[in-house]
Amino acid sequence: MLIKRPSDVRSSEITSLGVYLRRRELMIGGAAGVISALAGCKSKAAEVARLPGVKRGPFATDESQTAFKDITTYNNFYEFGTDKSDPSRRAHTLRTRPWTIAVDGEVGKPQVLDIDALLKMFPLEERIYRLRCVEAWSMVIPWIGFPLGDLIKRLEPTSRAKHVAFTTLLAPDQMPGQRSSSLEWPYVEGLRMDEAMHPLTILAVGLYGQAMPNQNGAPIRLVVPWKYGFKSIKSIVKLRFVESQPPTSWNLSAPREYGFYSNVNPDVDHPRWSQSRERRIGEILKRKTLAFNGYAAEVASLYRGMDLRTNF
Amino acid sequence: MRPPLPGEAAAAAPETVRAPRRRPGWLKPVVFMASLGPAAWTGGRFFTDRLGANPITTALNELGLATLILLLASLACTPLKLVMGWTWPLALRRMLGLFAFFYVCLHFGVYVGLEQFFDVSEIAKDIVKRKFITVGFAAFVLLISLAVTSTNKMVKRLGFARWKRLHRLVYLAAILGVIHFVWREKVVGVEQITYAVVLAVLLGVRLWAPRRSPPRASRA
Repeated sequence: MLIKRPSDVRSSEITSLGVYLRRRELMIGGAAGVISALAGCKSKAAEVARLPGVKRGPFATDESQTAFKDITTYNNFYEFGTDKSDPSRRAHTLRTRPWTIAVDGEVGKPQVLDIDALLKMFPLEERIYRLRCVEAWSMVIPWIGFPLGDLIKRLEPTSRAKHVAFTTLLAPDQMPGQRSSSLEWPYVEGLRMDEAMHPLTILAVGLYGQAMPNQNGAPIRLVVPWKYGFKSIKSIVKLRFVESQPPTSWNLSAPREYGFYSNVNPDVDHPRWSQSRERRIGEILKRKTLAFNGYAAEVASLYRGMDLRTNF
Repeated sequence: MRPPLPGEAAAAAPETVRAPRRRPGWLKPVVFMASLGPAAWTGGRFFTDRLGANPITTALNELGLATLILLLASLACTPLKLVMGWTWPLALRRMLGLFAFFYVCLHFGVYVGLEQFFDVSEIAKDIVKRKFITVGFAAFVLLISLAVTSTNKMVKRLGFARWKRLHRLVYLAAILGVIHFVWREKVVGVEQITYAVVLAVLLGVRLWAPRRSPPRASRA
């Protein structure tokens, strides 16, 4: 295990009976979700298989949700290979328990959070968001999670914390894609503090009423719906508060093509393809891409006065 | 479509001019059927909704890859002759080249009809602005010119020397095709490198082999 944990805390000591029971419910909910999705009643699945205590959160789009099967078989998760079908075929090797998230940097008390303790800390909400991939396709996904801002407030970052840096698990034995050098490993991402605190930004732990499938970034991932999908880092093991803008994986890989901000912007093309339109998975005709992926009313003010062509 | 055999005019001419010896009768039908395989595979899954979440893009990619494979297969015939001394691959060259053209037409057709839905301005913008599409389109235009001059009649009309010079453009088309494949990816992976290396070997053999050891069959 690459994550250092205090040796005096065992998972059996910090995981309560209640959480264990909840985990069972998670699994039952998951199975029901799969069955409903297979039966083809995709939006009903969310209704039937809702996690206990999950309430509907704000900002939900009423657009029709992408099929569970498509969300879980068409993934960019290069830790498991570069083909869209690789993650669903190979991510079963990922071990999501025990799982911890290290918190350090410009923060009052650095600590190591256990995933099951974290799941108890905040009420879970369903957030039905659009997801726009930088490759010009999109989905509508009913995520389950909680606002990242709520967690950040509890962690009490110092006044010098201007950015949050995230890191994905580094474990080539579990993540076969990390044995090739398609990207620099581990995958890293970052947000400006105001982006991280924005109520749209969530840490997601599930989708379609069930625990997060491995291929979608289990057990916990970021979801920033107004940015291209690659900003929403998966399988997070580290959260670091920093002053200066942290490095991000795709920017390191191709700085001319992927900026730090990577806000969805139909007017700024990727150097190699157009971003003005997108194919919603499940549809044939392309649709127009919306500024900030349709969340301009909520987030455009964060970037007031910035040239979004240079800060792409 | 038909890369000439350096320094050997007769063998490079269409097979009706001089048929390679001892070619088994089943060879061409078998290769013909095999070459239809990728179209059947992609088309079958497309029409039965088994191409995954993004069937249009997947079909586009698979047909593009089939084009590249057939193009490299057609370019492998001459090296096989040069290195192994086999003459039977030469009989397949034109057919493989025309299959590459068949697949590039399907690939372009899916791009125009399904990926862009006949949006001419969007297509024009792509070709001008996106360099991976620029090179891909250039390769397509080259392949058109080679396909329309692939008949025996056209060889006669152009004269063999001119026809041969024209058809050397297949090397350029293949290079552009591999660049198209490499540039469209977010990261260059093993697959892209493999195609580039195979093409480099196939072209390299042509430069290296005739000078080193003239094949037995060459009696110019």
